[in-house]
Amino acid sequence: MQAKKRFILIWLIVLLFILIMCLLKRTRKPETLLNLTYNANYVENLPSFMDDWHQSLEVGRPPAAKTYEARQQVPYHSSHKKTNKNCRMETCFDSSRCENNFRVFVYPLSELETSGLMTSTRSVLYQKMLDIIVESRYYTDEYTKACVFVIAIDTLDRDPLSPDYLRNIPMKMQRLRHWNGGRNHVIFNLYSGSWPDYNEDDLGFHTGDAILAKASMSVTNMRPGFDISFPLFHKKHPERGGEPGFVRSNTYPITKNYKLAFKGKRYVLGSGSETRNSIFHLHNGKDTIVVTTCKHGKNWKDAQDERCDVDNTLYEKYDYGSLLKNSTFCLVPRGRRLGSYRFLEALQAGCIPVLLSNNWALPFDEVIDWNKAVIWADERLLFQVPEVIHSISEIKLFALRQQTQILWEQYFNTIEKIVFTTFEIIKERLPKLQSRDGIVWNTSPGALVSQHLYTEYLNFNLPFNYHLFGKQPTPNFTVVIFSQHNSLNTPLYRLVRNLAASKYLTQIIINSCADNNGKSGYQKIAGIQILVSSGNDCRRFEPLPFIKTEAILSLDDDVVITTDEIDFAFHVWQSFPDRIVGFPARSHYWDNSKDSWLYTSKWTNEYSIILTGAAFYHQYYNTLYTQWLSPLLIKTVEQSHNCEDILMNFLVSHVTRRPPIKVSQRKHYKEQANNGMPKSPWNDPDHFMQRQTCLNTFVVLFGYMPLLQSSVRFDPILFKDPVSNFRKKYKQIELVSN
Amino acid sequence: MFIRLACCRLLRHRKLIYISIFISFLLSFVYVVVLPHVLMLFQKPPSKVQEVCQYVIPKDSPTVPTNSRCTFFDCFNIYRCGHKFNGDFKVYVYPMARHVDEDFIPIGGKMSKEYHSILSAIVESQYYTTNPEEACVFVSSIDTLNQNRFRVKETSQALALLPHWNDGQNHLIFNMVPGTAPDYKTVVDLSIGKSMVAGAGFDSWTYRSSFDISIAIYSNLANSLSNNYTFQHRTTFISTVQTNLHSDFITSLKSIEKQKSTTQNMTMSMIRVIEPCSHSGHDRTIICHENITYNYADILADSVFCLILPGPRLMDMVFIDALAAGCIPIVAINHVVLPFFEVIDWKRAVIMWSETELNTLLDVVSGIPLDRRKEMSAQGRWLYQTYLSSLKIITMTTLKILSQRLHPHSSDFYENWNLRPHPVSARNPLFLPYMSDSTGFTAIILSYNRIDSLFTLINMISKAPSLQKIIVIWNNQLKSPPHFSAWPKIDVSLKVVQTTANKLSNRFFPYREIETEAVLSLDDDILMLTLDEIEFGFQVWKEFPDHIVGFPSRTHIWNNKTNTWKYESEWKNEISMVLTGAAFYHKYWNQAYTYIMPNIIKQWVDEHMNCEDIAMNFLVSNTTNKAPIKVTPKKKFKCPQCTNTEMLSVDQGHMAIRTSCVNMFAAIYGRMPLKTVEYRVDPVLYKDVFPTKLKRYNNVGEL
Repeated sequence: MQAKKRFILIWLIVLLFILIMCLLKRTRKPETLLNLTYNANYVENLPSFMDDWHQSLEVGRPPAAKTYEARQQVPYHSSHKKTNKNCRMETCFDSSRCENNFRVFVYPLSELETSGLMTSTRSVLYQKMLDIIVESRYYTDEYTKACVFVIAIDTLDRDPLSPDYLRNIPMKMQRLRHWNGGRNHVIFNLYSGSWPDYNEDDLGFHTGDAILAKASMSVTNMRPGFDISFPLFHKKHPERGGEPGFVRSNTYPITKNYKLAFKGKRYVLGSGSETRNSIFHLHNGKDTIVVTTCKHGKNWKDAQDERCDVDNTLYEKYDYGSLLKNSTFCLVPRGRRLGSYRFLEALQAGCIPVLLSNNWALPFDEVIDWNKAVIWADERLLFQVPEVIHSISEIKLFALRQQTQILWEQYFNTIEKIVFTTFEIIKERLPKLQSRDGIVWNTSPGALVSQHLYTEYLNFNLPFNYHLFGKQPTPNFTVVIFSQHNSLNTPLYRLVRNLAASKYLTQIIINSCADNNGKSGYQKIAGIQILVSSGNDCRRFEPLPFIKTEAILSLDDDVVITTDEIDFAFHVWQSFPDRIVGFPARSHYWDNSKDSWLYTSKWTNEYSIILTGAAFYHQYYNTLYTQWLSPLLIKTVEQSHNCEDILMNFLVSHVTRRPPIKVSQRKHYKEQANNGMPKSPWNDPDHFMQRQTCLNTFVVLFGYMPLLQSSVRFDPILFKDPVSNFRKKYKQIELVSN
Repeated sequence: MFIRLACCRLLRHRKLIYISIFISFLLSFVYVVVLPHVLMLFQKPPSKVQEVCQYVIPKDSPTVPTNSRCTFFDCFNIYRCGHKFNGDFKVYVYPMARHVDEDFIPIGGKMSKEYHSILSAIVESQYYTTNPEEACVFVSSIDTLNQNRFRVKETSQALALLPHWNDGQNHLIFNMVPGTAPDYKTVVDLSIGKSMVAGAGFDSWTYRSSFDISIAIYSNLANSLSNNYTFQHRTTFISTVQTNLHSDFITSLKSIEKQKSTTQNMTMSMIRVIEPCSHSGHDRTIICHENITYNYADILADSVFCLILPGPRLMDMVFIDALAAGCIPIVAINHVVLPFFEVIDWKRAVIMWSETELNTLLDVVSGIPLDRRKEMSAQGRWLYQTYLSSLKIITMTTLKILSQRLHPHSSDFYENWNLRPHPVSARNPLFLPYMSDSTGFTAIILSYNRIDSLFTLINMISKAPSLQKIIVIWNNQLKSPPHFSAWPKIDVSLKVVQTTANKLSNRFFPYREIETEAVLSLDDDILMLTLDEIEFGFQVWKEFPDHIVGFPSRTHIWNNKTNTWKYESEWKNEISMVLTGAAFYHKYWNQAYTYIMPNIIKQWVDEHMNCEDIAMNFLVSNTTNKAPIKVTPKKKFKCPQCTNTEMLSVDQGHMAIRTSCVNMFAAIYGRMPLKTVEYRVDPVLYKDVFPTKLKRYNNVGEL
């Protein structure tokens, strides 16, 4: 082709191409989609947000100096004249007072009061709280050893209109000897503020640097990680024991007459929340019962509206108690303050609380995951409440309801638990004493009975929640023989020989009581190395440092038992590591004529106690027994030199809410007295009477009877079955007669 | 003139015109259709031309100061968020724009990669909407991640000019590096009215509870650190890895270091204090210790604990790096608010300490047992990977927390956020610690056509004092159940359910008619049970309400030769299953069987008409990690002569199918959930020489 032609051709192509492109471009849709999509290369070329990081560190002066210096002068002041709104644990709490121990000091009564010149100014409730602390493990009467201080001035009710309101608190506080601006003090409060605005902050005195454990707090007003949201409870709340939750049979699905219920006041005088005044709209008379009354205060009639008559009659138709029991959800709207009694009432009833109280910090929310037990609704979206609760699946409901019961029984059903939980939360915040994560707090049996040092954690597992982590208890056990006899005798030799035949045994320890010289050492008995530990002051359940296994087989020194029995009992214990699993069973029952609990060693169809003379239990219960039980209980045991095994059963049943487990047929587990054994105290009728007394004392100190009856016994699968003995694994058990 | 000339010329070369038209069409086709496709092959995101608007910010444009008392309830407009109950809400992202001041100087640096990733994560998520009207939350396209990269006043003004700003209500401001020298505020310094801050490095004074969201700073180094993880062979106990510490910290730590190295002669060096290298400049990957240069990554991988102290800002990337590398962080920063602390329990992975008590640190930390260290390290890595490892993950976690605030009833529980998935862990849905108080049970009898034995069974069982109701599942579609007059006259109510298909899973359907907690599941040919045995069985169930409690027991055995499980019905010393031909269990398990159990198992059972009882045992054991409970020695159920339902039902095929069931179910669950135990339960005085008058459950003990 000629050059000219070629030239023209190229031009033409270019011209047409541009023409087509222009046409195409016009018909192309404009980009409506956003905007973010850069060219991939372009995104790669974008700078990183950290590119200027280092340039920003000033040159020439030590880095971080400025902030470091600023941190040294953290804003805090110790002055009882003000409430320090900026308090945090690091700035307002002296944790050096709590190095190893968490002890609580309660200010003694003033001299005037003790001498009777002045009547007590404390409400019954506050006095109960103080008594509980004084009788507890936390208490110390030396202020130098104390980590936390509790004042004897009643600060519970700070509503000036209330009869319990205490005047002149600021003056009284000035007289507190160890106040120190409120450092390390805990101030309990249930009500603050008064009509008409019920101001949360208005306590009528200044708390300085003290920790406020206060009911009805709002999230905004709480000093994070410092104040404690406290539950609101009745004056008649029990000190110990406490009522169980109402859910005694865990039916699925939850079938209740009503889906949602509420019965309460609304505030025509305008002093309460708006929400209360509009919730009646939710009432439909069928599955949602929301009834309100205008009656409150003296002059409600002056302010009544046209609905009041209708409302009041409807209100009378329903009974609060039966609504609680017959409803799946219970509405818990704010009243004059954020919290109300009905929160704990609903919790106990297993009626899942539906909260309409915006910004309320739920009790102990620092450690409790309330999402597992309540439904938060928003006051602003009141009319969505029915839809919200209907959207919750039956499986979730089932879980929520169980959790209400767990939380109620673990932290709220007694004043003691409420007060102890408060202390445990403070303890948890201290770096050296913290130990329990959210799992321990939010599962059964809870943090109050999970007492162990941080550094111990996972040295052994707690006996609870093995399944949650897919763990198994350690596959071996330690024998602790409690010896009250001076000499090593024949039955002991036989016992040791039988023990040594078990392949799960790791060590035998003799906790010697008779020979209390404080020396521990190895001895050879029947050719087996045995650690003799003495000097434990006859404390059977002293947590000995030599114990390396989770399982302990506790034995008296005159026990008769075969290897097969031991192995079988250990096998059963591995399935139920949180219970006492053993041989000698006893029972308790209530005697109406004597109006007391009785203890029996007769053969019965049921049992509630397994004596620790021959039983497996988890090592952790030793710790709990020694370090957690109320000092009064320990004292009872030490004074009577008896009943420690009953107390252990009380403890384990209290913690697990389950009975112990009896294994195999054996009833006589002691060497008969005519075998030349020293006379056992067991044959002494006084000894038996003493146990009766113990039982009743323990019930008083626990506040209730924790023991539970069981009517099952665990036997090997082929026990006494008509098959050849060769086929049976635990042959010796077949031969034990009763 | 020229065109005309050209046209005239061209007309003469028609061929040429055709060629040129053809070629140009071809070219344009290539350009319009083929080229973009080819290009897309090379680069994933389509290249679109960015048209960026430019806004000029007037000098005196107003701003609203940040409201430090904001809460979710008074600063957040919930009414914008519709009412979806599944935790859904919509996020609007402002279009890209360039913001300049009156002198046309940009108010900040170019958008960073990281902010771009955050925005893309939102746009790609289910939360995104293009319609600002239906949006609940707004996110600006102005990059506010690092306060050093923008001018504070002008950016505040630019934000205030956003079309839907409305005092910042419902706006979410992302920030990872707050404050600038010299005072380093712990929250981004912008004036943002009622906006929420999703920020890193808050302290407990600047963080507004239940309003702001504490997020993590992103570390691009961390990803590479998390490879090649092992917790073994770490030679240093505690390391500090920050180079920007105050000299006071360094001196006090150095003195501890010296003291420990002289007093303790151990294989592990107890504490190692890192200093900035004099020569390295700003390279984060190189650090020094006693004039030796180390690789930052090596130090992290070599230390058990990493001590993290307050630097200029409270949240340093070092924290993230340590987590990723499995070096357990000791956070000794007073008042710091850790990332996502609302939902993450950091206590499981981090040691919280006080920056003023460093001298006692070593004593306490060295007491932590090895198992716990391992556990914490693994948990930290898991938390890093699940919540902090990429900008997308950080963004999605932030949005999820926001969603929980909007719809708290759909919140995930503590366990969902904090427990690592573990193959053998089990969460028992019947977790209430109680002994059931229930007064009775419902008997469910599966029947097909054996009317005689069914009626005998009904007559027998109806005398059980604790029985409350009998439900007969009539699984025969060809034959209708007998007329109601033909049924035995009994005292308890009897209900017949005519099923629509002959499926075995019908027996485990959670019928509304079951009003009791406990269900006694029965086959229609179980004729050998005594009333005492039933009552005792019920009593045992009340004491162990989360177990299957029943009479016919089986076990599974590992066959070493074939490397498979074998189903075993011989009388053995062990059991691992209790068949639902005669067993008590909680009604909840019916729900779980029908709706929660893997559907493959249910389908298989229905298709093959077998193994429903094995499936139930697998389900319960897998959910609770607990073994079933065999009650009493009872082994014969149909007639006194029959030794075993399966031993004599001969049928090798039947046994083979059941063996294959066990193997298949184990494969589906990914483990063998069945637990083997060697015990059964009997009445307390069973076989005791004791007056029968005083004994309960006398009629227990026959085989």
